[in-house]
Amino acid sequence: MRDENALTCDVAIVGAGPAGIAAACRIAEAGRSVVVLDEGLGPGGQVWRPKLGGLQPKVARQWIARLQATRAVVRESTSVYDVAREATGRFILRAESSGIGVSVSASHVILATGARERFLPFPGWTLPNVVGIGGAQALLKTGMDVAGRRVVIAGSGPLLLPVAASLAAAGAKLLLVAEQAPAARVRRFATSLWRRPKTLVQAATLRSAFLRTRYAMGTWVRSAGGDGVVREVTVTNGQTSETIACDLLCAAFGLLPNTQLARLLGCETVDGTVHVGPTQETSVSNVYCAGEPTGIGGVELALVEGEIAGLSAVGLSVPQRLASIRASLEREMKMLDLAFALRPDVSTLAHANTIVCRCEDVRLRDLDARWTSRQAKLYTRAGMGPCQGRICGAALESMMGWSSDSVRPPVQPARLDAFLSDDHTSSAPEGAR
Amino acid sequence: MSGKRVDIVVNGKAISVLAGATVATALLNAGESGFRQSVSGEARGPVCGMGICYECRVTIDDLPQQRACLRVAESGMRIETGVPVA
Repeated sequence: MRDENALTCDVAIVGAGPAGIAAACRIAEAGRSVVVLDEGLGPGGQVWRPKLGGLQPKVARQWIARLQATRAVVRESTSVYDVAREATGRFILRAESSGIGVSVSASHVILATGARERFLPFPGWTLPNVVGIGGAQALLKTGMDVAGRRVVIAGSGPLLLPVAASLAAAGAKLLLVAEQAPAARVRRFATSLWRRPKTLVQAATLRSAFLRTRYAMGTWVRSAGGDGVVREVTVTNGQTSETIACDLLCAAFGLLPNTQLARLLGCETVDGTVHVGPTQETSVSNVYCAGEPTGIGGVELALVEGEIAGLSAVGLSVPQRLASIRASLEREMKMLDLAFALRPDVSTLAHANTIVCRCEDVRLRDLDARWTSRQAKLYTRAGMGPCQGRICGAALESMMGWSSDSVRPPVQPARLDAFLSDDHTSSAPEGAR
Repeated sequence: MSGKRVDIVVNGKAISVLAGATVATALLNAGESGFRQSVSGEARGPVCGMGICYECRVTIDDLPQQRACLRVAESGMRIETGVPVA
């Protein structure tokens, strides 16, 4: 009898966001078996997360319907904590789903693990009700009530606009949207968008949803204050500072590719992104990567990369049309990166007493600039908590110049029950305790 | 948004929350901002909203260290907040 927690397939995909969905469609439509593992509550990833009681965007519904018309297996609420190549050349993925071990054996793997937000420590950033910007969006969509609450957004990049618009629509008193990039850079980028009038109209529509709120460029968070919960935020433009009373502060600095599983498999990374060739294949053969892990690019690029990865993983050729869409979107993303590049000021906000590793409560003063990230781990436990450096790792890279340490399984906490109920092999991964 | 609600128990107190909300938003809407106690005793609440940061960990039905943002609140669920990490 087939064990539903020990699956075998041609291609295993990690992540059911746009890239994973597009890849799975192409694979299943080619008549090959595919299993998609995703940590979320349903397919769509962060960008297509539906609003509570609402529908997903139309393009999401179309892709998910296309996926559901195939024989692709999608496992939700399933967190992959290990992936390895076996002696046979096949890959084995290990995951936990509500305490139960799930394993997948596959000849090819597609990593579509998405992105997370970049958080940089500032005094007060650990106070409750200081959240991410995408974080605020996720909480809003899952039902957070913000009606009448005073909210400040401080961060960087195009994500600020839709989140500000959602907060305003939900009845929040949005007091300020602060973009760290200087006005001149943002303006130059907006001008360069003349080739993409749709994007400009989209941005203008989003902006019109919070017209009464100041959208200040060249302005960034300096500190947050409160007594057990955030009460105020101080922002600065480098010359003057301003303190604003608030109930919710949304602060983050752009997006970061999730590369843990790729690095675990030994895939080459360049500047924090997974390096891929024209077929989306990584430096490890039969391992593909699509979407944000190959460089932050948004939904459209993720879909195209997913399709290309899916086609390639089953040996089909990639239509020229897809390759040219990818090339043009990649050029735009490079301009976006330049426009919203982080000013050095935002990497030096922490004071000596500021916590830099939130899991282990390691403060800036506990660290020595002469150390490596490995020494920091050994001496202070920075990066050794449950988030496994997903928050502090990037922060310490910006602040101290420490490159991320090597990655080891399990890449995220998993219950022992999951290790014990793993049917594919009996060997618990190294480092499991 | 439909007004359907479910009843859960937070720190021994029964509350009614939006059906379909995650445990994280259910707690936030009920005025709970401190979800866990950090290793040095600070109150912490949700940050990333997507299972990355592990700041929203609570005890759900006696199972400790559950990420509140990844679970939907279900009728009869018992949740404990502010549990110090052993």
